[in-house]
Amino acid sequence: MVVALFIATLTAATLRVATPILLAAIGETFSERAGVLNLGIEGIMFFGAFVSFFVADLTNSLWTGLLIAVVIGCLLGVLMAFFTVTLGVNQHVSGLGITLLASGLALFAFRLNYGGRATPPSIPPFEQLTPLANIPILSTILNQYLLTYIVFLVIVPISWWVMYRTSFGLKVRAVGENPEAADAAGINVFRIRYIVLAVGGGLMAMGGAFLSLAQLGAFTHGIIAGRGWVAIALVIFGNWNPSKVMLGSLIFGGAYALQLRLQAMGLQLPIPYETFLALPYIVTIIALVIAGRKASYPAALLKPYHRE
Amino acid sequence: MYVVEMRQITKRFGDVVANEGVDFQLRSGEIHALLGENGAGKTTLMRILFGLYHEDSGKIVVDGQPARIASPKDAISLGIGMVTQHFALVPPFSVAENVIMGYRESLSLDIKAIEAEVADSAARFGIEINPSAIVRHLSVGQKQRVEILKALFRQARVLILDEPTAVLIPQEVEALFGILRNLREQGISIVFISHKLNEVMAISDRVTVLRDGRVISTIDTSSTNPTELARMMVGRETFGVTRQGEVATDQPILEVQNLCAVDDRGLKALAEVSLVVNAGEILGVAGVGGNGQKELAETLCGIRSPTSGSIQVRGQEMSGASPSEMTAAGVGRIPEDRHAGVVAELTVADNLVMEYLARYTSRGVLDKKAIRNYADGLIEQFQIKARPTDKTRTLSGGNLQKLLLARVLANHPDVLIAPQPTRGLDVGATEYVHNQLLEQREQGAAVLLISEDLDEIMALSDRIAVMYEGEIVGMLPVQEADIERLGLMMSGVLKEKDNAVAQI
Repeated sequence: MVVALFIATLTAATLRVATPILLAAIGETFSERAGVLNLGIEGIMFFGAFVSFFVADLTNSLWTGLLIAVVIGCLLGVLMAFFTVTLGVNQHVSGLGITLLASGLALFAFRLNYGGRATPPSIPPFEQLTPLANIPILSTILNQYLLTYIVFLVIVPISWWVMYRTSFGLKVRAVGENPEAADAAGINVFRIRYIVLAVGGGLMAMGGAFLSLAQLGAFTHGIIAGRGWVAIALVIFGNWNPSKVMLGSLIFGGAYALQLRLQAMGLQLPIPYETFLALPYIVTIIALVIAGRKASYPAALLKPYHRE
Repeated sequence: MYVVEMRQITKRFGDVVANEGVDFQLRSGEIHALLGENGAGKTTLMRILFGLYHEDSGKIVVDGQPARIASPKDAISLGIGMVTQHFALVPPFSVAENVIMGYRESLSLDIKAIEAEVADSAARFGIEINPSAIVRHLSVGQKQRVEILKALFRQARVLILDEPTAVLIPQEVEALFGILRNLREQGISIVFISHKLNEVMAISDRVTVLRDGRVISTIDTSSTNPTELARMMVGRETFGVTRQGEVATDQPILEVQNLCAVDDRGLKALAEVSLVVNAGEILGVAGVGGNGQKELAETLCGIRSPTSGSIQVRGQEMSGASPSEMTAAGVGRIPEDRHAGVVAELTVADNLVMEYLARYTSRGVLDKKAIRNYADGLIEQFQIKARPTDKTRTLSGGNLQKLLLARVLANHPDVLIAPQPTRGLDVGATEYVHNQLLEQREQGAAVLLISEDLDEIMALSDRIAVMYEGEIVGMLPVQEADIERLGLMMSGVLKEKDNAVAQI
């Protein structure tokens, strides 16, 4: 029973940890499939975490905070599209630029609004859903935020379906593989890239908002802690396929949840606790090394498209 | 009734005129060949019709209505489809996905239904293809069929094929012609861009000949012959011959025997090429681009490995040698792609010594002073308008070519390989290069001049070899060469191979 409960809480924690990363990784998957590497992901997540917290605090409405964060994430995606698609700027530079800009702005606005406080500001976060409360093990696992349900049961399946079973998805993949061919076939390369970058930005911001609105109920400097970069690794691990990206997010989430529990056990081990903290990242690197060798990058990734 | 009419089309790229006042009419249900040398403006004209380029002036009329074609999408909606030389296909997609890509606007895709529909369409047009095959695994000929099907699936009534046979093996050419004849039966109008006379004669109903961006003539194929077409295609005034006297000797420097090589795609590029270049002689290699000239130059310089055959320099077997071994054996090379021949971000002096770094290095450290002196000397000798410290990317095309000439000639090569040495240069720089090549000849070097410019070949060469599909199809002294005969050989109509062997 103890083991079953341990596994149940581990699974529940895995899903919670995986949620924000999966949201961002799905956004990144679409961007990269269309040929744009969005390194703005970390900054957009950070900005999403701040804006959602700030708006929720201001309006006393968590949903308003989430909505505004998603809208602003879309706008940051459009900004990325303007740089890389319209101006043809190097994708690494513009992506990192957006990360620096968004992080800087968010921190600045945070200082302006909450600078003088002795204790970090907080808001009452989203409640977890408690379905099937009278079934012991299952209820522990199902005890999740609504957003977690949405991402695993709605966003991932829809993403997969859009990618492989709709003409829009076909266009996205065509644009990322051979934009010249797509253009010749009458597909508007620029429009497709704008759309996926905007939607991708929205999903990244939603990932950030999940951390501040649900998991923490607060905003801190280290709230994202490299989750955006992990998401990029997961996209490669998942070979740009939403369902495999989901699998990757569960591996990372599992490793993260496990190390939390290992720390909490208070084992008297002759190794520093930072070793446990590093565990999920080490697992990610190993998974990436194994899967990444067979990765088939979208052929037009990183290449700006120009006509004539 | 014309299905497409292009009137007085003019298109410039910077200072270069690609099309000037071109009139082109396509009849309904005909195969219309657009004939001309490389750079004559055939592809540009058709890219304008397909909306990939925009005309500077002129008018396009489709079905009697003035048409504005701003993008391929407009062209497609007017029933115009184009198969370009570089296939516009997405390799990881299936045939069916490639065919419907960008055409079907329905939300969801039923792959099975689409494959059935594509199979139907293929059967109707007599095109053999498996709709569920992944394009990456198809042969070039099959990929071309996918492209044709893609256009037809989009209800194309006008099909433009840009050099469709350039990438095909002979059997595939026959299959393609079968498909085209079948399409003509079904009332589809076809523009067949080509520089191969025999193919134009075989497949077309009418021919429009372009030269230097202008229409020379439009005639019925049945009322002309290859000789007349060749003259229209390449005929132009030759400029004054500057080559003087006979310095050619019977002393062979470069001897190539039965050389074979493959191109980057692994297809046969050189087929049993045999040639000899004597000391004090320029051997000109004529031919339409893409017939193995690039591979010949690369193989002779050691950049490309031959699959069989021998290369001898002064009797020493060199086949399979590395570029630096070739340089050491006295083979000098002017790179075909000027910009690939230098490191643009390094200085002129650095680029000048690049092939001889060992000479200017002691214990791993560059001798900057010696390099500077050497560069100063070459800059003066070859009249390069640049300082040794200038970054090479700031040089004009002509100066860049001077730099490359200086680099190779300073080493006094016994053999000079010069592929397309004047391509893209202005008149002055061209003359400079010609004089340098002639000077090498007088000094007793064996010069292999590869050029698509027949005037250049005729003016400089002592003997002329003609390449067609990787073969030397003719070898003749310049005195016996005339434009018509060379034109026929270049387009594969006339082969004098036995003769060529006899001359060696």
